[in-house]
Amino acid sequence: MHLKSNSVPSVNSYAVTVVGHDRPGIVAGVTGALATHGGNIEDSSMTLLRGYFAWTLLVSLDADLATVETTLAPLAEPNLKIAVIELAPEVTGTQAATHWLSVHGSDRPGIVSAVTAVVAGAGGNITDLTTRLAGTLYVVLADVFLPPGVDVAVLEQQLAAVSAQLGVEVTLRVADNDDVL
Amino acid sequence: MSQELLAQLALDLPKGLVRTAVQAPDPVLSTRCVEVDPCDPATVSLAADLLATMAAAPGCVGLAANQIGVGQRVFSLDVSAHSKTRTHHGRFVLVNPVIEQASRNEKAREGCLSVPDFTGDVKRATRLTVSGRVPGTGAAVIITTDAFEARAIQHEVDHLEGLLFLDRAAGAHAIHARQNYL
Ligand SMILES: [Zn+2]
Repeated sequence: MHLKSNSVPSVNSYAVTVVGHDRPGIVAGVTGALATHGGNIEDSSMTLLRGYFAWTLLVSLDADLATVETTLAPLAEPNLKIAVIELAPEVTGTQAATHWLSVHGSDRPGIVSAVTAVVAGAGGNITDLTTRLAGTLYVVLADVFLPPGVDVAVLEQQLAAVSAQLGVEVTLRVADNDDVL
Repeated sequence: MSQELLAQLALDLPKGLVRTAVQAPDPVLSTRCVEVDPCDPATVSLAADLLATMAAAPGCVGLAANQIGVGQRVFSLDVSAHSKTRTHHGRFVLVNPVIEQASRNEKAREGCLSVPDFTGDVKRATRLTVSGRVPGTGAAVIITTDAFEARAIQHEVDHLEGLLFLDRAAGAHAIHARQNYL
């Protein structure tokens, strides 16, 4: 027998971004505040970019936007910004990367935009991106989803042309499937 | 491995000069190196310089000629003291190397003297056969190896092709800030 619940909790989904000066306790503070509303942290990604704290998290909880904002507001500081975005319940699923893109060369403006514009022009989607600068060496690594039907050879030619213009090295490789044991 | 092969690889070279290591994004590192005569005295001198430069750089177990600014197909290697090494062929230099067979890929983290700020996760064969020439004698040798020596040889041959480990990074999160242990 199947019983329907009379009171279906209205769980809302939010994206929370926390960006600014790092200090110990930011993660503990934000998760603690969300926990007071039964917040359930789903996917999240946090890193330090040149010492700056950068965190995006997806959280589901039974509260409206204003309540979430009020809950998190005391944790914000002049140099640590917290923003909350309410998400539509249905989000498109994750796209598995089909290719890995590597770019490296002398730092100059416009490398990321020029290379990713070529990918976008072919209908490709960047699913993950890391950029690094050390001295004059600039490195871009991207996971790319190329839909079926994309002519990879043509895309590689276009990337080679852009890399020659920019004076950087660009490599597009088929992403390895993860081993499953 | 045969004693004959080890004897062929063992080098009795004049003491080389410690050369300045080239760092990315220098274009010499992204340019394919050219074949060279293994018996040319200049090649012998280059081999000696590679060994001297490699020995002078802490933690350096392999060095390709373009890493000291010479666009020729020569690399030095010595993984004998490395903890991840299984088979090894001591300290040697190979001229005009060609990878003949490569199998059993495994992902591991590696660094590079020419990319001092990063390490990367790179999938490479753990079983490898490489052919090449010994500097000076010009002897043709075939080296079959595994584990870390196989990885190091592939890293150096990549250099000679104008490739860095950055070109082989396994995804957006495959590059890491290099830890300084000192
Ligand atoms: Zn290297």
